[in-house]
Formats: sequence, C-alpha cells, structure tokens
Amino acid sequence: MSDGLIGIVRLTLLIGGVATLVTLPIAFALAWLLARGRFPGKVLLDGIVHLPLVVPPVVTGWILLLAFAPAGVLGAPLERWFGGSVLFRWTGAAIAAGVMALPLMVRAIRLSIEAVDRRLEQAASTLGAGRWRVFATITLPLAAPGVAAGAVLGFARSIGEFGATITFVSNVPGETQTLPLAIYAALQRPGGEAEVWRLAAVSVALSLIALIVSEALVRRAGRGVHVL
Amino acid sequence: MSFDLSVSVQRGGRIVSAALRTDAALTVLVGPSGAGKTTILDMIAGLIRPDHGHIRVLGRTLFDRSAGVDLPVPQRAVGYVFQEARLFPHRRVRANLLYGARDDQRLAEVAATLDIAHLLDRWPRTLSGGEARRVAIGRALLSAPRFLLLDEPLSSLDPARREEAMRAIERVRDARLVPILMVTHDRAEAERLADRIVPIDQAAVDEG
Repeated sequence: MSDGLIGIVRLTLLIGGVATLVTLPIAFALAWLLARGRFPGKVLLDGIVHLPLVVPPVVTGWILLLAFAPAGVLGAPLERWFGGSVLFRWTGAAIAAGVMALPLMVRAIRLSIEAVDRRLEQAASTLGAGRWRVFATITLPLAAPGVAAGAVLGFARSIGEFGATITFVSNVPGETQTLPLAIYAALQRPGGEAEVWRLAAVSVALSLIALIVSEALVRRAGRGVHVL
Repeated sequence: MSFDLSVSVQRGGRIVSAALRTDAALTVLVGPSGAGKTTILDMIAGLIRPDHGHIRVLGRTLFDRSAGVDLPVPQRAVGYVFQEARLFPHRRVRANLLYGARDDQRLAEVAATLDIAHLLDRWPRTLSGGEARRVAIGRALLSAPRFLLLDEPLSSLDPARREEAMRAIERVRDARLVPILMVTHDRAEAERLADRIVPIDQAAVDEG
C-alpha cells in the first residue's frame, strides 16, 4: 500500500474507533433506559435516538454544523472552554460517525438487555446481591455478547460514514478524509480510477471483517446458554 | 415462631391471601395449580409487595404494612429454590453454588449432602433437571439463609430423580439447619415430607 493509502486507512480506523468507544457508553445508557425504564416521553426518546437512521445523512450533518458552529449551542461553549472547534477536524468526523452509528448500537444493545432473563436477576437478589452486584455479575455478562456485537456494528457503520461527515467537517485530506471521502475525491479527479479501485477494495474488506465479527458475536449470544 | 405471616395481594383481578403461624421444621402449603402458591413465596422473599399484612420469620419482621417495614430482598436472608432452577448459565456449578456464600468452607459438606460433588466443574446447561434442582437447593443453602422457601421442588422430575430430590430435602429437614416452607400441588409428596400441612385454597389460620 502507498503511504497515502496507509494514512487514509489509519485515519479511518482512528475516527471509527474513537467514535465507537465514545458512543458505546452513551448507547448503553440509552438502551438501558429504553429496555428497562418506565417514564413519560419514552416513545419520544426512542424516536429521537432513531432519527439518524431515517433522516437524510446530509440533514444530520447540517444540524451538527449548526450546533458546532462557533456561535452554535455546542460550538460556543467548546470554543470558550477548550479554545478550539471540531469543524474541519478529525474530532468532528468522529462526532458525525458516532451520531450516525448511535441508533444501530442502541438497537443491538437494547435487544440484548431485553433478552436477559429477569428471573435470574431475582434469583441473584435472593442470594444477597444488591442492585450493582446483580448488574455487574448477572445482567452485564449475559448482555455482553450483544453489547460487543452492537459495538462492532457501530464501528462498521462509522468507517463507512459519508454524508453527514462531508456536510459537517468537509473533505480535508489528512484530517477528515476517511476512506469513503477519499473514494469520492478520487472519483472527481480525472484518471483516478485505479485509486478508486484500491480504496474501494480496502473499504469492502474492512466492512466485511467487521460484519463477520459482529455476526460471530451474535451467534455466540444466541447459542441457547440459558438453562432454567 | 418460625413463620408468622398474614398477607394478601391483588394479582390479575383476584386476591391471593395466606395466613399461617408455624414452628414446624418443614411446613407444606398444598393447593391446586393457580391457587397463588408461588405468589405467597414471592411475597415472603420480597419479590412481590403485599397489599396488606405482615411477614415475620424467626421473630424478625420482613414486612409490616402498618409499621411501614419492607426489607429489601437481599437483606431478607432467604434461601429461595424456585420452581425452575434459575442457575446462572454463564457460571459453572461451583460458581453458582458460591454466588451467595461468604466463603467456600461449607461447599464440600453441602455438595456431599446433595450428592452434587461430582458436578462442580460442569456448566448448568449440561445438567439434568434433577441435578439442576439439587444445585439450586445447594446454592440457596450456601447463602447462609435464615429460612428456606421451596417452590414445587419435585415437579417435572422423573420418579428416580424425584426420590433423589426428596431424600435431599429430608436430609436438610432432619439436620434442622433452617425452617423450611414448601409449596406443592401433590398431596402425597406433602404427606411424606411435611411436619405440618396447610391447605392453601381455604383461609388457613392456625396455631402451629
């Protein structure tokens, strides 16, 4: 691989990895609320979480742009406290990737939490375990394969992110130009076909690996380990 | 008084109630399916909150509506053997047995009593119904409970396994470690195991 290609792949993996790691706890908390919580506005929260899945990505990118602009609701405090902006930066690309991956991760994790047998949690509490011990020793380990599958799925979605990213942080080589954006740039360039082929092949390979890992985790989770 | 309770709760449009005072080593509540036997045990364990009444076990108040007492489940020191074994599928038998135990000092003794010493390194999914039931009884015993609740501990076992489980319960009963409250729909089972039988379909108020 050429240096340019290696740089693009490295940046893509960095953005996808950071987006997944930062989004995972948020997705878990939302999934927990949606699976176990009973509160007014639950349907609304469910809808908002799922919005990035159905809204055109360019709209999501535009909303992020408004929010993180220097005078935006999130951009202004960022500027004030950290003296910087995420616009045209890899951090902005990671935010876009994380927002787009969120609904997929919440869905996978929510299903795995809902699949945990509450009767096992009751059994643990009769054995003297408090709420946190039940969570750490029963709920979380039983939901873990689904959580891992959700994370891998979110990562796969992140490294393929295009529309929201290019709208939000533009296509800056070495900063926000991930694999899909590099493919787009190469397509615009006369004589860039060979480059497109190379980038597309790497992109497909990465996505395939992520999907296979995700599938393997889900299979493991579904392997009838519940005995009652 | 081992068990002293008088509770009622509305479940699914009808009222489940029980009243009982007993000092027997093993008390059996007998009643047909759907009489609310499991609901009664769930109330004693704290998994269902009664609408009215009180629950006292060995002089300790677990629940008292009028006094505003409602101990959380983990503080009730209950050994609850559910109708389904409810073993933790991601933990081996040994880890299941020790889940509620402070240490493993009594593990060997309890495993020998219940004839499960050879199962310690197995996964729950590889156990037969009878084995899983005995592990569940052992897990409850090892959590240092002040009393045992057994919900249909012999149901869905073939005759040989039933006999094994029945003997295990008799050994626990005769060791008089803790008072036992058991529910079943099987009158013959009740008569063999119980020091005291309380029918559940009628209002059962008695002096034990």
